[in-house]
Amino acid sequence: MTTPPTASQTVGPFFHLGMSYLERKNLVAEGTAGEGVTIRGKVLDGDANPVPDAVLEIWQADSAGRYLGEIFPRNSAAPRFLGFARIETDDNGEFTFTTIKPGRVRSPDGSLQAPHIVVTLFSRGLLKPLLTRVYFADEPSNAEDAVLKLVPPERRPTLMATPSGERGARNVPPNIFDWKIVMQGDRETVFFDY
Amino acid sequence: MRLTADSLASYSRFRRVMKAASYQRAPAGTQPDYLYPPYVSTCKRSPKQPLILLSHTLSELTGPVFGHSDIGENDNDLTHQHGGEALGERIIVSGRVLDEEGRAIPGALVEVWQTNAAGRYRHRVDQHGAPLDPNFTGCGRVLTDREGRYRFVTIKPGAYPWQNHQNAWRPAHIHFSLFGAGLLSRLVTQMYFPGDPLLPFDPVFNSVPDENARNRLISLFDWETTIPSHALGYRFDIILRGRQATPVEVSP
Ligand SMILES: [Fe+3]
Repeated sequence: MTTPPTASQTVGPFFHLGMSYLERKNLVAEGTAGEGVTIRGKVLDGDANPVPDAVLEIWQADSAGRYLGEIFPRNSAAPRFLGFARIETDDNGEFTFTTIKPGRVRSPDGSLQAPHIVVTLFSRGLLKPLLTRVYFADEPSNAEDAVLKLVPPERRPTLMATPSGERGARNVPPNIFDWKIVMQGDRETVFFDY
Repeated sequence: MRLTADSLASYSRFRRVMKAASYQRAPAGTQPDYLYPPYVSTCKRSPKQPLILLSHTLSELTGPVFGHSDIGENDNDLTHQHGGEALGERIIVSGRVLDEEGRAIPGALVEVWQTNAAGRYRHRVDQHGAPLDPNFTGCGRVLTDREGRYRFVTIKPGAYPWQNHQNAWRPAHIHFSLFGAGLLSRLVTQMYFPGDPLLPFDPVFNSVPDENARNRLISLFDWETTIPSHALGYRFDIILRGRQATPVEVSP
């Protein structure tokens, strides 16, 4: 006998109360290997209005393409890259986080995926989360990515963070990318059914 | 591509994960759709383009791992997080976190947040005129034990008004957030209370089409966990999406 999973419900507008303690804008610790990147963006609704009460949960591999818990034994002395953070949008619907560019992770068909970060979006008005991915527009391996291949070419740009050409103050954090999440509409972000 | 010793180790681990983890889809009606017009905020925040069916990769089958260092001392007792005791009807909320086959999920992070007894959130955008309680923040967290059990001591939250429609009131509820074995098991839900007269009028609760699935969001009054002369017990078991009973071999 199986029981279907418990039904999802919205996080509502007051999730900060319970969820903020896992919020982090910087995933890079002293000694984290890899290329630092900052992704800044905005969440928009179907009227192109900013969404000030959304929270993103990001999940990514380290610079060698390894997920926490899959490679390192729990008691390993090696510096661990958590690869997870919550990032809340501000009053203007904007968010920013600094991390390292993830390495390539194998996909079920045996090919290597292009560097990507999995993003789970929660907000008031979402009865269940939206799952998407953010890739790096300047990454040549995007052409080989098995998941991107599932996406109609004209919609792929919605999954791309584009290099802004800017670098942070005193070049730290480096390499600022811009990305937009459009929850609904013509330029709607690709969301995945999983 | 040349495989290094390191990537080989990760690859064999990956194959094991793939073998163990083929997730089934929820039966029709047991989860809400994105668009549910009676809940007005869904109208501009639900996708209109078709969702793209993702074949599950390591990126979705893995997920963050939390430990006891993420939990503070009074995190599972919301009535004692300040100098004095929180006001309201003291309750014990407990249950088990299981997968679809009824197997316990140990080490799952369970987070909760809720209003105080008067129906007010300690949150800067809550405009409800009900009073705040200086001894109640309204959030907690705990890890499930080896049998998948969790337990919170809290106070019964109040109903509160919202702007969805004329004279709209949310039934009393506790928000729950859970991290299971991987991203595909992630769940955010709300627990309701038996006999709440507001339930038939609440679009969030009624967004779940299947009646059984909807009613499983209502906790059960529980004599067994009720503590004499101290607190009423409510039981709320939670099912996370899990692996299929028969693993499907995925060739590399
Ligand atoms: Fe609420």
